[in-house]
Amino acid sequence: MARMRTPLRFLMAVLAFCVTAALTVPATAQQKQPESVNPQAQSVKEQQLLQELQKIQGRTSLPDSRSSVLEQPAGRDWRQFHQVTLRWIGAIAILGMLSVLVLFYLIRGMVKIEAGRSGRTLVRFNAFERFVHWMTASCFIVLALSGANITFGKELLTPLIGPEAFAGWSQWAKYAHNYLSFPFTLGVVLMFLMWVAWNIPSGVDARWIREGGGIVGENHPPARRFNAGQKAIYWVVVLGGGAAAITGYLLMFPFYVTDVTGMQTAQMVHGIVGMLFIAIMLAHIYIGTIGMQGAFEAMGTGEVDVNWARQHHSLWLEKEAEKGHVKGSSVAPAE
Amino acid sequence: MARMKFLCDADRCIECNACVTACKNEHDVPWGINRRRVVTINDGKPGERSVSMACMHCTDAPCAAVCPVNCFYTTADGVVLHSKDLCIGCGYCFYACPFGAPQYPRVGNFGSRGKMDKCTYCAGGPEADITAVEYGSRENGQFIGYGSNRLAEGKLPLCAEMCSTKSLLAGDGEIIAQIYKERVVQRGYTSGAWGWKTAYRETIAS
Repeated sequence: MARMRTPLRFLMAVLAFCVTAALTVPATAQQKQPESVNPQAQSVKEQQLLQELQKIQGRTSLPDSRSSVLEQPAGRDWRQFHQVTLRWIGAIAILGMLSVLVLFYLIRGMVKIEAGRSGRTLVRFNAFERFVHWMTASCFIVLALSGANITFGKELLTPLIGPEAFAGWSQWAKYAHNYLSFPFTLGVVLMFLMWVAWNIPSGVDARWIREGGGIVGENHPPARRFNAGQKAIYWVVVLGGGAAAITGYLLMFPFYVTDVTGMQTAQMVHGIVGMLFIAIMLAHIYIGTIGMQGAFEAMGTGEVDVNWARQHHSLWLEKEAEKGHVKGSSVAPAE
Repeated sequence: MARMKFLCDADRCIECNACVTACKNEHDVPWGINRRRVVTINDGKPGERSVSMACMHCTDAPCAAVCPVNCFYTTADGVVLHSKDLCIGCGYCFYACPFGAPQYPRVGNFGSRGKMDKCTYCAGGPEADITAVEYGSRENGQFIGYGSNRLAEGKLPLCAEMCSTKSLLAGDGEIIAQIYKERVVQRGYTSGAWGWKTAYRETIAS
């Protein structure tokens, strides 16, 4: 509008000038100033700026340059995300996963070692691998609970323990969330480095997925050290954990990298990744404990039964047997 | 009871920053915390305008909605206040606030921003009115407390009370809106009551 008006105003000014100049020729010197100033014409308008820009920014004389953002109505969209969208995502993902797991357990039950225990074992995860796993896992549980507390806590816990106790707990949960992020991130990095070689997708995975991984069907498709399902968990942890760590540190160090708009986006990514992460880890915990006989030992003592290995990781067992890693008498390769 | 609001007449603000200074002095807020600030738009260009901005004490305040520990409450006068006993310094109110009002004593310090501080409309906090506990202590770099409670003394916020051009108005929303409307009619132009649509979902004479 302002641009369209300018030529028109210029034309009118020229016309007016010509007319007045023609009428009062001797008074030209006084006509250099316009007769009246309209402060309205050029002034910035709030509504116009809000329509054009995501946020209104200016200049302040305060040394804190961050205070120069005058208005950012995007905060209301973020509020909608935090109060409504994220809660739906979290509730559907977590409760949905829990009900799927309960249903699955009722229908399928625990996946047994079909041939029974052989009594012979081999090392699946060494002490360092187990240490990294449990460091990351214990951090994750605290991070998940303290994170979910920020989204669901005030509705679920405040009525039970009262606002003062809830605020006190949330304060400690926040400290735990912030500080435990460091060992968690270290664990994710170490997991990436120590297991990446076994987690590159291959042709074996395609068959494993086609045959339902032995979880859905009765078949037990061959797999190397990690099957396609475990590879999926691995990449969820590496990529999801990485995304959660990066966005989390953006929020923990406000204004170091991003402004308020960037922090809103970071929080949205952090929240969605966190909710999905919790849901997927529930499935991981299920299959590692009550979902499968002989699976927990892999991360518990670090040693698994040979028959378990033959059933779930036949190709890996063959390799390990060739190297003579199986404890006890010699083992025939998987048929 | 009256619904208290702020109104900044940008066509009158001369960016003297006296409101900012008065606020800091009245509440003895430490360095780094600015409950009120003056932002100049189109600085040095035609159409330059300055707006004095602080917490607008929104209707249906976004900060209160997103707070994970529900530390916010709205007084009978429509003033949005919060409890520093409950605040955990998570920073979420800052993401949600359209006006950049929430301030943190340790913004850059990882792990903890400290208790949030913001404009109280000179109405103190949840502690008993006009007490030392409500005003708070400023020892050891701590900033626990809310500053003076002028509203309880029957006075309006100091920033607006001492504004040299009466650009910044505080008081009953209907009365200050009426004053603004009369000004707009008188002078024949307006750049809008800044923040009113976002904070109160209403516009005056724009």
